[in-house]
Amino acid sequence: MSTNIKKLTLGGCCVIALSLGIANAVEAGSNYGHKYGFGTPASAADISKIDIDVMPDGRGAPPGQGTYAEGKKVYAATCAACHGADMAKPVKGTGAAPLRGGRGTLTSGKPKKTVESYWPYASTLFDYTKRAMPFYEPGSMNDNDIYAVVAYILAEGGIISKDTVMNAKTLANVKMPNRNGFISDPRPDIFLYD
Amino acid sequence: MSKNTDLDGYDAKTRRMMKGMAAAENRALAARAEEECECKEGMFPSIGRRGFLAAAGAAGAAALVTRGANAAAPPGAMDYPVQKDPTSEQGRLTSADGGYGSRSQFESEVRWRFPTATKESSWTMVPLDKSQGIITPSGLHFERHHGGIPNIDPAKHTLIVHGMVNQARKYTMADLMRFPSISRQHFIECSGNGLTEWKKPYLKTVQGTHGLTSTSEWTGVPLSTILREVGVKDGAGWILAEGGDAAVMTRSVPLDKCWSDAMLAYAQNGEALRPEQGHPLRLLLPGYEGNTHIKWLRRIEVSDKPFMSREETSKYTDLLNGGKARQFSFTMEAKSVITYPSGEMKLPGAGFYELTGLAWSGRGKVRRVDISTDGGASWGLAQLQTPIQSICHTRFRFPWHWDGKPAILQSRCQDETGYTQPTIKQLVAVRGLDGHAKFGSIYHLNGIQSWGVDSDGSVKNVHKY
Repeated sequence: MSTNIKKLTLGGCCVIALSLGIANAVEAGSNYGHKYGFGTPASAADISKIDIDVMPDGRGAPPGQGTYAEGKKVYAATCAACHGADMAKPVKGTGAAPLRGGRGTLTSGKPKKTVESYWPYASTLFDYTKRAMPFYEPGSMNDNDIYAVVAYILAEGGIISKDTVMNAKTLANVKMPNRNGFISDPRPDIFLYD
Repeated sequence: MSKNTDLDGYDAKTRRMMKGMAAAENRALAARAEEECECKEGMFPSIGRRGFLAAAGAAGAAALVTRGANAAAPPGAMDYPVQKDPTSEQGRLTSADGGYGSRSQFESEVRWRFPTATKESSWTMVPLDKSQGIITPSGLHFERHHGGIPNIDPAKHTLIVHGMVNQARKYTMADLMRFPSISRQHFIECSGNGLTEWKKPYLKTVQGTHGLTSTSEWTGVPLSTILREVGVKDGAGWILAEGGDAAVMTRSVPLDKCWSDAMLAYAQNGEALRPEQGHPLRLLLPGYEGNTHIKWLRRIEVSDKPFMSREETSKYTDLLNGGKARQFSFTMEAKSVITYPSGEMKLPGAGFYELTGLAWSGRGKVRRVDISTDGGASWGLAQLQTPIQSICHTRFRFPWHWDGKPAILQSRCQDETGYTQPTIKQLVAVRGLDGHAKFGSIYHLNGIQSWGVDSDGSVKNVHKY
């Protein structure tokens, strides 16, 4: 609804400015009151090739599934070299983040932010792994392997049971420990107005 | 790099220089190993002053390697013979540079890389101590990459806009450049600018404390134009912006921002974007934290809800005392810093100095800047260089007669909303220092910076509330 109002408003501005003969009043970058039609329609194939995001409610999660046991193998082969065998201590010098542990530390003064302790949505773990992991071969994992390694990481973090089969549905149902740990931005939070 | 075989083809002087820098890099790595602590996050390895300065030298060494024949000149310069008397002989030939100029070989300021664990996910800082005016040279614009710098052929690059739209569309760069364009000067600042400075003065120079902000003139298409083209459906509230780099970097952005002043930028300071700045296309969100200005932009998806990507949950959220974290803290609040004199400079003696620096606000224009030379006991109004532009670096200047006694220099800005730059203490009082084990907090430090001037003229980074 708001989009229609903006269309009318902007179109209206241009018409008024031109009708008064004030050329300078047409703001640079305005659409001069009409559509251009440049570009081409994006086909379903164009979109699906790069539309990889997965949302918290499961939208965008692809078909496929993976188990804890499968994920253990995937983790050892693909992830452990940087994130470390036990997920809590990444290998030094890799820049990898700890994935497990840290629960209860967010108020400690020495917070340990991990998937287990900090991440509010399990969908993010699938999404980020698919788009950017492993670091030196991003985009190389198939969806089943990603589901499996998500199951392994979440189970090792004590968030799901080891017999949970991860798929589009179960991913959206995961309740992360820090799900309610985020608040919206209240700034300005300091008022020195004069 | 430290092996002799890698140095074949370089002259003796260059080989010595490169060996020295390789040794410095090794020392930096050894120092970092000493200072590693278990409390660190992957993104923020511990960093000591020794390690930082040595690592900066090592970055220079890498540049020398890749620049081959011009190894004797600083990055961005060519090594030309220095004439004894330029009035007694002809200068070098017109267009001998191939048609694209370079800076003088006598100018050597460079960006420093913060020594993160990998050079792919890392950042570099602007040499603000040498900055003039408000524009950051394109080659010195700060960088933050999450998966290295991709090399993209603009002829093959496309932007797909889809999701809650009437018609999903695909745009080539040629398509985008046919739309009516707009040019605006805006700063971009990383929300991590100053992250080392929450608890105590940590880095020594203004490049280290404030070097993650830059201003350019950006040219592109208003995003609102493209949204009108595709037609946004009722109920939409957010977009996902996605880059075509190895991180496939993603941020969710409120649709209101997209309708107001967001831009699809393809040019910077009069030419195509630099690869480090997203060539051939980046999103520009004036006033928003830098990581949201998605570079190498390949996809925009319109949606009803935010996507909760890694960069807006795990990272770029502000953990406060009490354990809650602020999310979608987009706006870069009013901030200023004196760039001259600043940390590690040395004043040659008492007398006249023109203090100068930069002020900026993500909420609009800078209204005024106050200067204190006595640690905040008294304040005087700085001159602002006009024209003052919205969401843009603003250069300020202030005449100062130094009496040779210890002094503490501070700047404090106010933007057109009336918001006044707070002290670090005031920020800590609201947000606490429990958000990060080492530094106290990470993002959105916009507190007043203090430079201590000693009676010998040396200038140091200090905290003074």
